[in-house]
Parts: sequence; C-alpha cells; structure tokens
Amino acid sequence: MSAPLLPAVFGRFGWHDLPFVRAWENPTINELIGAGAGGMVVAGAVFVAVLLTVTGRWRWLWSEWLTSLDHKKIGIMYVVIAFVMLARALVEANLMRLQQAVAIDAPGIVAPDHFAELFSTHGSIMIFFMAMPFLTGIINYLVPLQIGARDVAFPLLNAIGLWLTGSGAALMMISLVIGKFSTGGWSGYPPYTEIGFNPGVGPDYWIWAVTLGSIASTLTGINIAVTIYKMRCPGMQLMRMQMFCWTSLCTAILMVFAMPPLTVATLLLALDRYLGFHFFTNALGGNMMNYANLFWMFGHPEVYIVILPAFGVYSEVVSTFSGKALYGYVSLVIATMAIAVLSFTVWLHHFFTMGQSPSINAAFGIATMTIGVPTGVKIYNWIWTMFRGEVRFSTPLLYSLAFMMTFVLGGLTGIILAFPPLDYVVHNTLFLVAHFHNMLIPGTLYGMIAAYTFWFPKAFGFRLNETWGRIACGCWVVGFYLAFMPLYVLGAAGMPRRTQAVMETVYRPWLYAAEVGAVILFCGLGALFVQLWVSIRHRNANRVFAGDPWDGRGLEWSTSAPPPEYNFAHLPHVEQRYAFYDDKRKYAPYARPPHYDDIEMPKNSAVAPIIGIASAAAGFALVWYMWWLAILGTLVIVATVIARSFVRDTEKVISADEVRRTEDRWLTAVEQARPIPREIESTSANQGLAEART
Amino acid sequence: MLLGGCDALRLGVVNHAGPVAAEQWHLYLIVAAVLVFVAGPVLILVPLVAWHYRLSNKGDAYRPDWGFSWPLEILVWIPPIGIVIGLGFLLWTSTHRLDPYRRLTSAQPAIEVQAVALDWKWLFIYPDQRIATINQLAVPVGRPVNLSLTSGTVMQSLLIPQLAGQIYAMPGMRTQLNLAASQPGVFRGENTQFNGEGFQQEKFDVIAMNPADYQRWLTRIRAARPLDDRALTSIKARSIPTGPQFFSTVRPGLFRQIMVASTREGAR
Repeated sequence: MSAPLLPAVFGRFGWHDLPFVRAWENPTINELIGAGAGGMVVAGAVFVAVLLTVTGRWRWLWSEWLTSLDHKKIGIMYVVIAFVMLARALVEANLMRLQQAVAIDAPGIVAPDHFAELFSTHGSIMIFFMAMPFLTGIINYLVPLQIGARDVAFPLLNAIGLWLTGSGAALMMISLVIGKFSTGGWSGYPPYTEIGFNPGVGPDYWIWAVTLGSIASTLTGINIAVTIYKMRCPGMQLMRMQMFCWTSLCTAILMVFAMPPLTVATLLLALDRYLGFHFFTNALGGNMMNYANLFWMFGHPEVYIVILPAFGVYSEVVSTFSGKALYGYVSLVIATMAIAVLSFTVWLHHFFTMGQSPSINAAFGIATMTIGVPTGVKIYNWIWTMFRGEVRFSTPLLYSLAFMMTFVLGGLTGIILAFPPLDYVVHNTLFLVAHFHNMLIPGTLYGMIAAYTFWFPKAFGFRLNETWGRIACGCWVVGFYLAFMPLYVLGAAGMPRRTQAVMETVYRPWLYAAEVGAVILFCGLGALFVQLWVSIRHRNANRVFAGDPWDGRGLEWSTSAPPPEYNFAHLPHVEQRYAFYDDKRKYAPYARPPHYDDIEMPKNSAVAPIIGIASAAAGFALVWYMWWLAILGTLVIVATVIARSFVRDTEKVISADEVRRTEDRWLTAVEQARPIPREIESTSANQGLAEART
Repeated sequence: MLLGGCDALRLGVVNHAGPVAAEQWHLYLIVAAVLVFVAGPVLILVPLVAWHYRLSNKGDAYRPDWGFSWPLEILVWIPPIGIVIGLGFLLWTSTHRLDPYRRLTSAQPAIEVQAVALDWKWLFIYPDQRIATINQLAVPVGRPVNLSLTSGTVMQSLLIPQLAGQIYAMPGMRTQLNLAASQPGVFRGENTQFNGEGFQQEKFDVIAMNPADYQRWLTRIRAARPLDDRALTSIKARSIPTGPQFFSTVRPGLFRQIMVASTREGAR
C-alpha cells in the first residue's frame, strides 16, 4: 500500500494499488503475472468497446439486450457471464497447478499472497459467478417455456438479479486491475478476514462481490419459485411438469432459504470491518464459530442449489436421447424434494474438527450419509431410463454417462468424509479438494455444458458442431480424472489445501499428473470455444428452425427455434406429462390456429442497468472508502426504485397481425421440413422436425 | 515415478504409527470395502445398459412408454437405506470411540502438552516440566499425550497424519486432541488451515522417542534459555522460524494467559 492520493476523492487508493506500477518497479515473475492478468482485463474491455463501436452496435446492445426483460435474453446473458468467468477461474486453476508443480522445494513463480488471491478468486468465481449464473441462466431460459408461460412472474426483478450478478462479477474483475483480492479463500473465514489481521482492500472486495451475488440469487429464487407456482399453463399440474422444472423449483426454494444466511454473514463481517463491531473478532466477545455456522447454513444447501438443476438436465437429456419416458418420475420428484430438505440438516459436517461433542458430529454425519440414498436412487432412475430405450451417444448424453460414473466416485469419498473420524484425517487436505471437485465438475459443470449443448439449437436456431463437442467432452472427462484423482492420494498423504509451496519431494509425480490434467481441462474450454466458432460459421447448414431437433418431450420443443419473444401464440393446454411428445404422436401440434390475439409483453426498462451500475459503483466505493461515491450509488438505487414505482406504462403490445406473420413463417417452415429419423438427427438433414415414431 | 508415487503415502495415515491413526485407517478400510458394493453396480450398469440399448442394436424390445416397476423401485430404495443404517451404526460407535477429546486408555499416565497456534509456528508448552518448544513436539513412545490447543492469532488446525486426525486451534477457546505414538520415529505435523503468507512453511516435527531418550531430551531442554517476556514477544510476532527453538522455566498458566489475552479489548 502506498500513500493515498487525494483521500477525499479516491479514498485509500494509491498508485501502488495498480499491478502495472508494482510490476514496473519490481519486475519479478510474480508481479508480471499480476500485471498481465490486469492487462488482459483492460485489453478485453477495450476490445469489446472497440468492436461495438466499429460495428455500430452500442444501440443494438442497449435496446435488444441490456434493457430487455425477455427471460430468454436474460438467460443467455447469464450464461455469457458464466463462460467469461469460467475462462478466468480456469486460467487461475491452471496457474495454481503450475505453481504447485514447480514449487516443490522451490519458490515457484507466484508469491504466497498472490497464490492466496488465486485460490480465493478461483473458488469465489466458480461458485458465485460461474455455477450460479450458469444454472440461473439455464433455468431462466427454460422454465417459462417448459411450463407453457410467456415470461417469468417478475420480469424486472429478473433483470435486476442479472445486473446485480453482473456487478458482483465486475467487482471480481476490477480487483485484478485495482488493488488486490482477498486471501481468505472462498469461505472468507474470520478472524483471518477481520480488519486486525487483514487491513487491506482484499476482504472488502470479497464481501461486496459476494453480497451482491447473494442478493441477486435470493431475488432469482423468489422469482423462479413464484413463476413455477403461479404461471403454469392450463392443465400443467405440478406432477405433469418436466423433471427440470421440479429441480428448478427445489433449487429456487433452497435459494430463498439458504442465500440470506450468507448475506447476513458477509454483512456482519462488513460491520466488523467498517464500524468496529465484534461479531467474529477475537476480542470483546466475538466468535468466529458463529460465522462458520452461518456460512455453512448457506454453504451446504448451496451444494444442492448448484447440483439439482444439473440433475434436471440429466433427466431431460437421458430421457430424450433414449427416446423413452423418464423412469420413476414420482420417485425422482420425491428424491429431489428429500435432497432439498435434507440439505439443510448437514451443514456441520464442514467443521467436524471444531471440537463439538461426538454425538453432535455423529448425528450430522449420519444425516450426511442419508442424502446418499435419494441421490443413489436418481442415478438408478437414469439407468432404468436407458433400459429398453434407443440410446444415441450424442454429446449431452456422453456428459450424462460421464457424470453418472464419476459422480458416484465423488459420492463414495463423500461418505468417507461423512465419517467424523475419517474427516479428522483428511479435512483441509487435498482429499477434500478432490472430493468437492469430484462432485461439482461432473455434478454441475458437465450438467451445465450438457444443457448448453442440448438446448443451444432451441436458443439460437442451429445445432452445435458434434465433433468439437465430443472433443470438449473428452477433454473435460480425461482432464478431470488426471487433475483430481492424484489429489486424493496427496490428501491421504496429508498435503494441506491452499499451500503455495511443497516441501515434500515425494509429492512430485502426483503434482505433475495433476498439472497435465489441468492443462487438458483448459483444452476442454478451448474446444468449447472452437465448437462455438465452427458452429457459427456453419450455422446455415445446421438450422433447426422448426424447433424440435431431438424428438423432444417438453413444451419448450413445441416452439420455433429460436422461440418468438412471446414464446406461445396461444397458451398451451396440457393433459398429461410430456405433452408435446404425445401430441406429436396422437394429434397435430403444428396445426394452424384459426385466429390470433394481441399479446402483452413487458417493455424494456433501463431500471436494471441503472441499479446494477450504481450497486457496482457503491460496492467499489465501499472497498476503497470513497464515501461520496458509496452514498451517491446508494441514493441512485433508492431513487430508481421509487421512480420506477410511478411508471404505469410497463407493457407493450405485440399485435395479432405480427403474431400471425411470425407464426405463419414458422409453420410454413415446419410444413416444408422433412421429418428426421433418430439415426440421422446429428446431420445437416435435421431441420428441426423430428419423426414421431411410436 | 510410480515408486515415488507410493512414497507419498508414507507421509499419511496409511503409514500409521500410533493407535489412533491405526484405528482410523482400519475404519477407512471397512468403509471403503462397503462402498465398493455401492459404486460397483453403477460403474458396471451405466456403460452396459447404455451400450446394449444403443440405437443401432435392434435386437431388443423398445418400450418407449415403460417408466415404472415396483420391484425395481424396491431394489433402488431398500438396499441403500439398509447400507446407510448399517454404516450409521458404525459411524455412531466409531465417532464416539475416536472422539479426539477422549483420553486414551493406557497403563501409563498421559503427558500434558499445550499447543498454541501462532503466525506461522506452533508453540508447545509442557506445563508439568515447565519447558516449551517452537515447532518440535517430543513424545515418549507408548505414553498417551493429551494435547490442549488454543490460538494466539487466527484459527488454525493441527494435523499429524501418522498419529491422529486434526482439530482446530481457536483464539479464546481450548480444544483437545489425544494421541500416542507406538513406535519411535519422526513424524510430520502441520497446520492445515490457511493463515497467511507463511502458511506453507508452518510444519513441525513430532519426535517419538524411547522413554530414556525422552528423559535426556527433557534434561537438555531444561537447560535452554528461559521463556521470558522478551522471548515471548519475539515468538508472538509474525515470522517463519528456521528451525525448532527450545525454552525453559516457562511461567505457570502461560497457556491460559495467551488464551484469555486474545479475547481482551485491544486484541484483534
């Protein structure tokens, strides 16, 4: 930290808070890496700005995307945030693996505090700004389509959630360029993160980024739950919903109840740091054990928040690509609900080693094992779904198979960790790191990529390249095993997590293997970007405008691809589960309706961008003690909310004529399309009309 | 490479050197054996079913609407519940048996040692002998050790993989860990809870000695420099010690003083 520059304006900012200045004065590899990362953020932002200016797309970006309240566009923007943040956090993961591989009895390339920033940002980003936006985006896109609705219950709240997530993610990115991030890990345990031990800006960046993310997720949870409860189309009883809607509902309920403890925990920590409170300090009656309880009361349900939507995705993918009804629908619903409820009863297993009585530990250990039962049931349900089906090994199905076989291994190590006496030995070691990556990579990431591949044609109107999809899948699977299986061994050998250097040379072969795995995982992301590039180039050959490329089962496949803004010209009436699949076989889902009506849709609104930018500014200002900006940002948020409450004209009308034109264009395309048999659905012959074979 | 790989495990619980770690390893083997039966069917069935019912295999009946069977339902719910009940009993008894607070049963009296977590080192106080060490824990083979832990700084966690599991050391609080070594040797101890830039170097040696060697060790440390206020201030400062340090004439109640001091006004 250097002398602050104009404290009244810039708070505690000084020139040495810029990594470029530090690297200029002290050009070590460590500082150069920091400056390079900051440079990439700046260069990326400049590149996007120039691109938008050159192509003259600022206005388009503002009116078509940033101010849009269309749940589909909001969903897509969430996924874009997720991919950007995934790229950053994966680079950080590679840097950490490289550091540990070269820092065996040697200093390596990044300094200890820099390494600590890396694991803190990696974890915070992967959970709050990769997994959460990804699943929120997929849910946002799909749930209204699947329940036969035109939008979510609260479209503006939806956009505000997106923008708050975006501002949290922006704070994470800014921390690369101005100042330093927290070194306290993604869980930010006090008293280490208290001002007495860490007076810098790092923990404050963490606090405000996570606070924004947690508020966004609470709002999203409320929105999704209400949407599913209140917006279902006629006949869509709860037990007729697709499994993805069920898992989304459970996730939403978990968000509503689990995110607030996190918001409370981070805000109490903020009170400690900013106003001298003593919630979690050592002195004056503070107690960090309260923090551990609050944090994990969020933290454990969070595990299921990120995994349940993927379970829904796998249910859809396995059933569609087996051409078969989902096995044991009722039992899957029960299992999902059971997991959601049980997830609130196990948080203490994150700190078995805090010295509580063995009976308490044992009770939470048994509760933890109990979750294994409904989870196991789900895996078998997917196996029986393939049983007597017609399984096509498309990319999403390959992810599903890889998930089932890998996840079960993570489940095993989870049972081992559920035994307190065994947890004592491997807690805080790489065994734990291997375990939760073993759950989250197959459980969340594979699921989200499978969803991206599976529903991409629905969202953009053309299929993704299958070859590159398989290459990416191969990289994610092989890379995972190489990167994380060695960590189980290292953890069993007592290697602690979060260690910048390694003194034990016997760890070398395992660290090398893990490093190779990390590189392959990075290639997996590279392959996904290549796949996107190749698919966009060849999009005209792979159009599926008719909208149903995989012989889908749910209502989302009954619209054009991409769907019109209003989703459904007439709200569907359903009489059974998987209505569209049956409609195709028994009735005429593509018949032209006799008449069309005007449709009311929410108007664009600048409220969400204003709130998002103001909250990012306020968060940034709080980090740097720029009090004037913090007050200004807060006032803007309050004023915007009040002003918005006076706006009456929030709906626009899409005329019946326009609806007719849109629908006619699609239905004509459907009539001209050739029904595609399953054997050749991944070829260019697929125009999005599935052959309805019985 | 491969041989080097197996060497890594020698630092862990696999190569246990005390009764607690031995029991933990034994428990691990039992749990792992049970879990083979849990994972096995999934690992076999997933590829088998997926491949057998592939689209190009027309040999088997295609039943697109089949989606429920009571026998299968019973098969997927009941056995896992049974396994969890069985493992639950094992978990309950083993958690009580291996409670880190439970004193080990032994014919010999336990040695009391107090561990204070500091940045980035461990202070071990032997209150009965009035000696203290930095980053070296000497214990006589066969005698149980009752370790009391606290922290003079942020939360840390003490782990000696070959002897026992870990327990947190928290400021203002006392936790306990009971362990024993059953053979002479030098074992690695460490802090596993990240606590700043010296974290990766916060390791210490646990030296298990024959009783005679242990007595000689005690005699040697009793002759070391006293742990006076100046020495205490210097070890409390953030630093990474280059090697173990030894102190004599430790004032009584030092552990408690450090524990209380960290919660007083003016502390962080």
